[in-house]
Amino acid sequence: MTEENHVCIGLLVYDHPGVMMKITGMFARRGFNIASISVGHSERPGFSRITIVAEGDEDTIEQIIKQLHKLIDVVKVQHLEPSKTTIREAALVKLNVRDNAARQEIMTLVDIYRGAKVIDVTSKTITLEVTGSEAKLESFIELVAEVGTIKEIARSGVLALIRGEESISLE
Amino acid sequence: MKGTEIISKVLKDSGNTTLFGYPGGQIMPFFDQIYGDDEIRLILVRHEQAAGHAADGFARASGKLGVCVTTSGPGATNLVTALANAYYDSSPVLAFSGQVGTHLIGNDAFQEADVVGCTMSVTKQNYQIKDVNNVGRVFKEAMYIATTGRPGPVFIDLPRDIQQAECNLAEPIPETIELISYNPRVFSKGASLQIKRALDLIMNAQYPIIIAGGGIVLANAQDELQELVNLLHIPVVYTLMGKGSIPDDHPYVLGMLGMHGRKRSNFAISEADVILALGTRFSDRITGDLAHFPGQPNAKIIHVDIDTAEIGKNVPVDVPIVADLKLALHEFLSQLNNRLADPSTATINSWWYRWIQELKDYNGIPNVTKEGPTGRIVPEKVIFELNNILQADDIVVTEVGQAQMYAAHYLNRQKPRTWISSGGLGTMGFGFPAGIGAKIAKPDSEVWIVAGDGSFQMNLHELATVKQNDIKVNIIIMNNQYLGMVRQWQELLYDKRYSYTCLACKDGTYFPDFLKLADAYGLEGVRVEKPDEVAGALEQARKADATFLIEMLLEPEANTLPMLPPGGAVSTFFSRRGEKKSIYDWFARLPRNESEANGYKVERITPEEDDINVYFE
Repeated sequence: MTEENHVCIGLLVYDHPGVMMKITGMFARRGFNIASISVGHSERPGFSRITIVAEGDEDTIEQIIKQLHKLIDVVKVQHLEPSKTTIREAALVKLNVRDNAARQEIMTLVDIYRGAKVIDVTSKTITLEVTGSEAKLESFIELVAEVGTIKEIARSGVLALIRGEESISLE
Repeated sequence: MKGTEIISKVLKDSGNTTLFGYPGGQIMPFFDQIYGDDEIRLILVRHEQAAGHAADGFARASGKLGVCVTTSGPGATNLVTALANAYYDSSPVLAFSGQVGTHLIGNDAFQEADVVGCTMSVTKQNYQIKDVNNVGRVFKEAMYIATTGRPGPVFIDLPRDIQQAECNLAEPIPETIELISYNPRVFSKGASLQIKRALDLIMNAQYPIIIAGGGIVLANAQDELQELVNLLHIPVVYTLMGKGSIPDDHPYVLGMLGMHGRKRSNFAISEADVILALGTRFSDRITGDLAHFPGQPNAKIIHVDIDTAEIGKNVPVDVPIVADLKLALHEFLSQLNNRLADPSTATINSWWYRWIQELKDYNGIPNVTKEGPTGRIVPEKVIFELNNILQADDIVVTEVGQAQMYAAHYLNRQKPRTWISSGGLGTMGFGFPAGIGAKIAKPDSEVWIVAGDGSFQMNLHELATVKQNDIKVNIIIMNNQYLGMVRQWQELLYDKRYSYTCLACKDGTYFPDFLKLADAYGLEGVRVEKPDEVAGALEQARKADATFLIEMLLEPEANTLPMLPPGGAVSTFFSRRGEKKSIYDWFARLPRNESEANGYKVERITPEEDDINVYFE
């Protein structure tokens, strides 16, 4: 959560066709902004877990959460407060490297960063995988971009779970 | 059991045996299923939009689910307007349409359209059924969702092969519906505590007021509302959707508020120090400029609504209460009665009783017996005479625009569900088919459709539907030869530049000839040109055996006033002379202490601007 007005929301939804469209459609129709969204299976068959980072002031976020609650395909909604939440994002970063020295320097940076590794190397490129908080990803990408030239980046969007016993699991 | 047999059985088991619809290729299996089935009645309309509006009108008049069915592609996309209309007015409608076979979906097959996508944002829920084993569950679930909580339309996309497929479940229709994600929350302990806080505010306030919204009608809470008003002696203003939730002639009912509200209503809301909002969503047509709402900056707002998302959406709320209105008002009454029974808590501090009569007397419905400046009827005259002839169980269904607003201002409605109007979406073309639906729901009630000449032409083909199905409604076409409301805006805001709002020909002739049109459909009608003929024509319509059409020739440039300037506060107005005025030009600010109250009169002046005679200057 790098931005002040960003809020992380965890959702448990039915795993039906069209559910994503209902959620993103609601955001679009009501003029809300999604900074990032990630979707995958949840711990329970038939249900998906979605993590949305939404933008807006306090009133807007309140309204977003209420409107999400209203969607019949949404089973649970949880406002994930940063202080109580573990938040991670993954990124794949492909860089053009001009020579061996540059490649070597990047690999040194990868060694220093916990959560980063090299996953593909060619004569002209090196591809890295990095996991961590949004801020960590940003700083890592900034650093390697000083050594190589960034060709492309794929980011997963934010994943988040509340710390401790609390959950939105149906169990 | 086949898919269509399951649907038919679910409809019959739930008592939803009246359908509005239109056949076509991909819904043929369902139409074949109901062929010759005496238990299901389908009203064949002439356009799918009308099927949707008729189902909506049926739902509003009866309080039950309205059902409509169409074919795929254009049949289903024609429903979109009707679904949106039902959605914004929280009307319980079940719509289902055929779809190309599941193996063709996504191939852009003939009459295939992504109607699940098209209807997603204008329905409470929608489905595409891809397995016949889900048909029973989805239909039951759809009906449950449409009619519970905050009601709304639900759409089902039904591929042709699914209609014909055999369901192999032992129990094709589940006994009960389990929806862990949907719990139409009705009442909680927390609400009781909030109601206590609300009563503290109301009983201690000097000028508390109630806004009655469409939620009262949907929750059937009219008796509770009236009882509350009778105990508290505080005024009620209502929204367009709330008309009928309390009798207009009740001494504490001031009328509609907002954009086209009554002056006295907008004055009362501007002066209120506590607002009890019941089942309303504070739409922009109610509040005017939000920076000036409520009119008293320190006014407290209590908002009761079944939909959490409506609370705090448009205006900040001091006491939020999420509850079914009927249950909430029961709790209000029970706590209030307890307080009134104990002399130490029985005091109600409202001062309204001192001024309400004067306000209530202000600005009744004018009876304009003279012709207007161009020799035609002044629109208020039509509404005056209609009001005289209306009986309590008659149902008034309006189109959208000036005629709708005249009717909303002046018609005296006594009961909920006897006033049907398109509020949220403002759909021209809604009134006539919705009136058909209302008549089917309440065959013993006389149905009056108050239409403009513009709106009526949006679905006039339904004249064939009323003829073929022997449905009797009374159609009043308020013909001013303009799209009157837009023309009025052009007059007041665009320097009379009447851009494409005149419906007459260059030489002043007007088409269609509505009487010939009625005649073409085998129906009777009458054209009224003089004020003294209005009452007789309405009487003739009431006595007619079949649908009867009255064309009222009106003053072309009559305005529906008062009207808030767009973006203006709820206390601002256009006068009859088209000048921007303040509500405080008409009414003096309410006294807040005894010395101010001494010799106080609500009505400041009798401003000539407010006089209907401005017409004749």
